[in-house]
Formats: sequence, C-alpha cells, structure tokens
Amino acid sequence: MSQTTTAPHAAGHEGGVHADHPSGLLRWLTTTNHKDIGTLYLLFALLMFFVGGAMILAVRAELFQPGLQLMQPEFFNQLIGVHALIMIFAALMPAATGFANWQIPLMIGAPDMALPRINNLGFWLLPPAAILLTLPFVLALFGIGDGAVATGWTLYAPLSVQGGLGVDFAILALHILGISSILGSINVIVTIFNLRAPGMTMMKLPIFCWGWLITAFLLIATIPVLAGAITMLLTDRHFGTHFFNAAGGGDPILFQHLFWFFGHPEVYILLLPLWGLMPHVLATFSRKPIYGYKAQVYAFVAIGILSVIVWAHHFFTAGLPVPALLYFMYSTMAISLPLAVLFFCWIATMWKGAMSFETPMLFAQGFIVLFGIAGLTGLVLADVAADAQYHHSYFVVAHFHYALFAGGIMGVMTGVYYWLPKWTGYLIDEKLGRLHFWLTIISFNLTFMPQFFVGLAGMPRRIPDYALQFAEFNAISTVGAMILGLSQLLFAWNVWKCMRGAEYGLPKAEDRAWEGADGLEWALPSPPPHHSWETPPALK
Amino acid sequence: MKTTPRFARPHPAAAAGTFAALLAPATALADYTWNFPPPVTPIARDTLKIHNEFMIIIGVLFTVVFAIMIYSMIKHRKSVGHPPAKFSGPTGTVQWIWALVPFAILLFIDFVLMGIPAYHAVVEMEDTKTKADMVLKVTGMQWKWQYEYPESGVKFVSTMSTPRAQIANEEAKGEHYLLEVDHEVVLPVGRKVRILLTATDVIHTWWVPQFGVKRDAVPGFLRETWVKIEEPGVYRGQCAELCGKDHGFMPVVVRAVPEPEYAAWVERKKNEQAAAAAGTDRTWSKDELIAKGKDVYEAQCAACHQSDGKGMPPAFPALAGSKVVLGPLLSPAGKLLRDSHVDRVLNGKEGTAMQAFKGTLSDVELAAVITYERNALGNALGDLIQPAQIKALRQEAP
Repeated sequence: MSQTTTAPHAAGHEGGVHADHPSGLLRWLTTTNHKDIGTLYLLFALLMFFVGGAMILAVRAELFQPGLQLMQPEFFNQLIGVHALIMIFAALMPAATGFANWQIPLMIGAPDMALPRINNLGFWLLPPAAILLTLPFVLALFGIGDGAVATGWTLYAPLSVQGGLGVDFAILALHILGISSILGSINVIVTIFNLRAPGMTMMKLPIFCWGWLITAFLLIATIPVLAGAITMLLTDRHFGTHFFNAAGGGDPILFQHLFWFFGHPEVYILLLPLWGLMPHVLATFSRKPIYGYKAQVYAFVAIGILSVIVWAHHFFTAGLPVPALLYFMYSTMAISLPLAVLFFCWIATMWKGAMSFETPMLFAQGFIVLFGIAGLTGLVLADVAADAQYHHSYFVVAHFHYALFAGGIMGVMTGVYYWLPKWTGYLIDEKLGRLHFWLTIISFNLTFMPQFFVGLAGMPRRIPDYALQFAEFNAISTVGAMILGLSQLLFAWNVWKCMRGAEYGLPKAEDRAWEGADGLEWALPSPPPHHSWETPPALK
Repeated sequence: MKTTPRFARPHPAAAAGTFAALLAPATALADYTWNFPPPVTPIARDTLKIHNEFMIIIGVLFTVVFAIMIYSMIKHRKSVGHPPAKFSGPTGTVQWIWALVPFAILLFIDFVLMGIPAYHAVVEMEDTKTKADMVLKVTGMQWKWQYEYPESGVKFVSTMSTPRAQIANEEAKGEHYLLEVDHEVVLPVGRKVRILLTATDVIHTWWVPQFGVKRDAVPGFLRETWVKIEEPGVYRGQCAELCGKDHGFMPVVVRAVPEPEYAAWVERKKNEQAAAAAGTDRTWSKDELIAKGKDVYEAQCAACHQSDGKGMPPAFPALAGSKVVLGPLLSPAGKLLRDSHVDRVLNGKEGTAMQAFKGTLSDVELAAVITYERNALGNALGDLIQPAQIKALRQEAP
C-alpha cells in the first residue's frame, strides 16, 4: 500500500521541495507543513525571547542602584509580570512546540503531523495573543488605560480584581494561548499514537517524544483549570460575582489553588520536552546508547503525576492547616526521586563514553549542572519552616531562573544547536557557539547567584526599590544581566548564519550531521524533504 | 588534539565549584550578609539551623554528583582516545546495587535527614494557640500596616517615614532607607505574642526576617502566627506579597523592649488616644482643621493622589477640581450623601485602590483631611466638617 501512495510524489522529492504551495507571505500564513510551522514557532519564540528580555533588562537597570531612577513603581510592576508571561507563554512554550513540530514526524517516521490544519491554527493564534499582552503598553501612551497587567504573572486576586484594563487584556491573551497549547497538545498526542513507523512500539519511541507526550497530557489536564480561574476573575471584575471576594462569600486563596494547580505542572510542561531532548544530545556526543531508557520514561510519567498533586507549596505562607502543610511538603520532596533518576541516567549516559564537546554538548552539560542547582534549592524550598524565609524573596527568583533559564532557555538552545544542521543543511559556526555558551554561563551565574544571597538576607521580590544593605549584590546582578542579554544576540546571529549557510560559506551537513547521532531523523537528508517520511521507514 | 593540555578547555562544571565554594563560607563563617540575618525568636533560630543543615546537605550532594560528572568528562573523552562503552542500563547485581544505592540515600535524606527536623519545625511554627501571653492584630492595607492591641485597646497605623525625596534621589539616603516608619510596633521581650493577620483590600504579607516569620494577610480572613522575641532591639522587615503600586514602600518595624518599658508605652499610647478622642467633641476652627489635614493628607493620601492633588490618572484620579470633591458636603438634613466626597473618604470605592478610611483614621483626622481637600490643592469651597459630625455619621448606615 505504501508503494502506491509514494509513487506520485517521487518526482517532487528529487527537487527537495514541493511546487504545490503558495510562495511569499501567503505560504507562511496558509502552511500546513510541519517544518514550516515548526520554523514559525521557533522564530516567534526567538523574537519574543528578545521582547521579554528587553523588558527585564529595563527592570535590572532600575534595580542597579537603590532609589527610583528610570521608572515609576506602576510601570515596574507591569514589566515584571509581562516579562514572565511572555517568557513562559510566548518564548519557552512556542519553542518547545516548534521542536515538536519539526522533530516528532522526523523521529517517528511520519510524513507530517496528524492534524496539519489545527497545527496552522495553533501557531497563528500566538501573534494575536502576544499583541493583546503588550498592547496596553502602547494604549497607555495614547492615554487609554493605565498600562499592562501590573499584578505579576500570577494574577493573584484581589489585586487583579482591582487592576486596570491590562488585566482584561492578559486574561484574553491567556485564553488564546491556552487554546493554542491545547490544539498543539492534541496534535502531538494524535501524531505519536497513530503515525509511528511500523514496529515502533511505545517503548521504542524516541525519548524526546515521550517527554513531549507527557507534556501534552499535562497541558490538556491543567490549561482548562487556568482558563476556569481567569474566567472567574473576569466575571468578578465585570459581572459582580464574588468568587475571590470574602465580602461576597468567596475566598482570595481559592484563586491561588486554581492558579497553581495549573502553575506547578506548567513548570514541568516547560521542562519535560527538554528532559526528553537531553539523553539524545548526551548519547550523541558520548557516542554511546542512552542509559536507562525505561527508567527515564517511567520517571517522566511519575513526574507528570506528582506535578498535579503538589501545587500548594507555592503558597505555604498563605496559612494552610498543618496536615496540608505536611502533605504538600513531603509530596514535593518526593519529586526529587524521579528527578534523581533523570540526573543519574544523564550522567550514566556520559560515563565511559567517548565524549567530545561541541556547542550542543556544552549547553547540555551546562544545563545539567545549573538545573542541578535549581533542583537542590527546590528541595530546600519544599521545607515549610525554611520556606517561610525563602518565600516571596529573591531566593525564589534565583531558584526558578536556574530552573527556567538554565533549564528552560539553555535547554532550548541545546536543541536548536543540535538540530540546526538537520533543519538548515549547514553546520553551525562552532566558534561562535562556544563563545555564546561561555558568555551565557558566566553572565547567568553572575546575574542569579547573588540573588540567592540577597534573598537570604531578606530582600522581597517584585520591589522597585530596596534597602541599602542589598545594593552590592543587586549591582552585580544587573551587570551580569546586561552581559547575559547582549550575549544572546550571538545566538540570534548564529541561527541567522546557519539559515543562510551558503552565503556565509558554512560547511554542508551530512545526513548524520553529528558523528555519534542515532535515530530516524538522521537517516533523512539535511535539510529533509518537504514531506518527511512518505514511505514509513523499516525499524531495525 | 593530542598536544592540548588536559585542562585547557574549562567546563560548565566550573560553575559547580563556585557554587560549592560560596556555600561553604555561608555556613561556616556565619557572615550574615551571605545568610539569614541573626535570629531573635525560637522559630528563626530553628529555621536558620535547618537552613544551614540543608545547605550543607545539598552542597555535598552537588559536589559528589558533579565531581563524578567532571571525572567522567576528563577521563571519558574522545580526545584522550577513550573507547565508547556499549551499555544502556545496569547489568549484573553489582551494577544494580550501584544504581539503586543513590536512591536509598536520597530517600533517607528526603524523609529522615530533612523530613524529621522539618516536621518538628512546622509543628512549632504553627503552634499559635498554646501559652500565648498576648495578641497583636495586624491589618495590611494599601500601603501601610495597622496594629491593634486588643487587650489594651491601643490601635494605630504605621506608614513608611522615608521622605519621597530620598526615593527620587534628590536627598542622601538615610541609614534605614525604606525600612523606617512613623509609628513602630512595640512588643515585650520574652513574651509569646500571638499575631492575627488580616487585610482590608488585597493580600499583603507581614515579614520580619529576624523573626523567621512570614505570613499572608488575606482580606476577609484571619491568619495567625506567633513570635517570642528574645532580645531587645529594633527589627525591620517589609511587605512580601505584591500588593500594588507602593508594595516596595510598606515596611514593618518592630521595637522589642523589656516588660516594664512596654507597659509604660501602652499607658502612654492609651493617654494619647484618650486625648485625641477628647478632640472629637470640641469645635475646631477651619485653620486648625486644614493644618492638621495637611499632615494626614501627606501620610495617607499623597502616595496616590500626590502632594499637589493632581493624582495619577486614570488609576488615581486628581482631587484638584475633582467632581466628587467639589460636590455637596452633606445632604441639607446633614446626612451622608451616596458617592459624595465624605462617603468616598469614609467608605472607599469597591474594586479600586480607594479604601475605606473610617476604620483607620480618627474622627478628627477624617474631618481634618476632608476639610483640607476641600480648601487646598487648588480647591476653595470654603466649607468644613467638624469631628463631631463625622462621629455622628459613623452611626448611620452607609
């Protein structure tokens, strides 16, 4: 049967591209091709990474010294919240979806994603959402409203009930982003369940796809809860309901429960695809098989389950009863076990290999070490008594940036550097990549390590101005952040060069772009043909 | 490649070393700029002890795990000609033991080494009810704290006293920049104080790092915590939950004093309050009210409506030329008019940052600030309201 389906397309494949799609802007607007959509997601994520980054550099500049220099507190509050929303929903999540689009069909031997039109819709929902999120900044310049959402990304009621139109814009933007995520997740699940090459059982599924599969289920389980919470917020704001107003029989803490029932799994939603990516990169550059495949898959499943039963550790100080405190403390600590499985397997994958240290490997190893700091500080944050000191302080800010910058962003960069030769057909500029790595890792630690210490010393987060005893560490942190921000331009430059490999005279990538790489995606040409696997590959 | 010295290329693990190195002095030297400030309550002492132990535990875990990784990165590299092994999981009993022992250790660390002290600390922290000697009620509001001593009836509002000019970098910053208030909370040393917390508008968090106590103040609910301060002194903290514009300017300052001094302070406060209450019943002149009103306005209103009354529209409307302010003072029968100037100040406006001030300000303060707003800031209505009228209005339903 596969013979008959592939025959008519054989001619198209020789040219490497199909002629049957529109060109120019219309191509990108109407595309249903998984590679085109993957590229759109990734470029959108890159753009928003710089938008969110610029916001936080302005914040760090304000925090360089005590006193208010550059902005008023209202604007400061808007920047920190929108920074987080953009980085989470418009940079990290789209980047991971871009990976899914590009790689899942290549890795499982499918011609495309299972639901190509939904795929297109999923992407094109993002730009309107990003515009909604940032538009209030522009409107405020024209005297409409008082700027973007100023409640922090957590939108805690009643502060968000009190806020201006920025909150409504954020609610609508989150709804749209949520729909986009759910569409993407459905597509991933359907693709993985139905389009695997013959003989690829679930326990032969590439581990990256496993990571994404768990992410997709978590998204479908938790996004509706967020959608419910922010809809209740919307009706509290405009239609006189009292879900979060004690005077009307509601409870402000209910919002926190609902928000974090989504918010905690969200952390793993951001990280699971990248945990799935790590073993591939480590195995490639250690020239060794992945260690403990089954153990890692089970660890993913365990983390997925645990992630939805630990949410209240995000508000230990809100005044929970003792049994709840103890339950959430111990269940949170339990997450360290499956995470330790992953660390063990990552290191065991490298153990006794023949390692080489190309850019993706450097980023992967940097990821492991720095994400280790995030995991270990997370373990102490789980302790309720000590958490009373860490909570709402810069210690937490540092902790989750080790998780979401060193874990999230650096994980995405690992994947981009690893797969760029496959996507573009050209090898990356290694020198530039290594320079980017070293600048990133040094300036990242310069930025966030001091924040652990100001947090311990008692500096709360989300304040535009601070007491004099915190000045030195904040100045160091700002210097680090500026270097970190500027270094990321090297990343954009490197990606651009690779996309224009011919112009810059980069060497062409072979099918197997990295010496030790293993997997179906490396059996296709670099770049792969417009439709990936028209004939399902035979598994060894 | 062969000529490259082994350590020529640094590794990400360099960061690992830095982290471990930074942690070690943090606990060994107890240099408090690197760690929690000196603890002065049993909870804070416990918390610091637990924190130090945990930092050592995670420091050791970090060092051991990444030492193994670095060893592998040095030994098992292609450039030194290490041949890649083929294994993809544990084979044989010995390897299985190697694979499982770390998890047994982690299980022990999580639920015994860390879990047991954590359990005791939590139980102690939440033990607010037994043997409490006194109660302090804390109410968070945008952007100040109100303190109430139910036993003695003492009640006052505490706002930041750092001048705005220091924040705007127009004056040199003082020693306690942003962490100083007009009225400090005074508590006796060595007494267990049960602290009840609530809020009037949004969620705030009361935090004094040296007490090891941080608890949310949730509007419409009571939360509780406790302190037993062991040493006299002045302890500073601030609001820790984002609560709007001036979240960063909402300090907590507690002065802990010996018991007799505390009793004397309570007496003094009571007398001040009695004197203030007496002021309600006499007739005030307009100039007196305006002079008093200016002080109240600067402390309570200027953060949003600004010293010049121009506000920060649209969130914080101007009072100069405001329709609400310029409207009638009271109904012809001397009753409260809905949505009038007096109604706004007394009862606030739901869904906005404008709070009800009738709970936080005295009759005199309310009368003074209303009169001030009507006769200053570019407004010249010429009318005034007496403290006694406010007292009467309080009896009416809003």
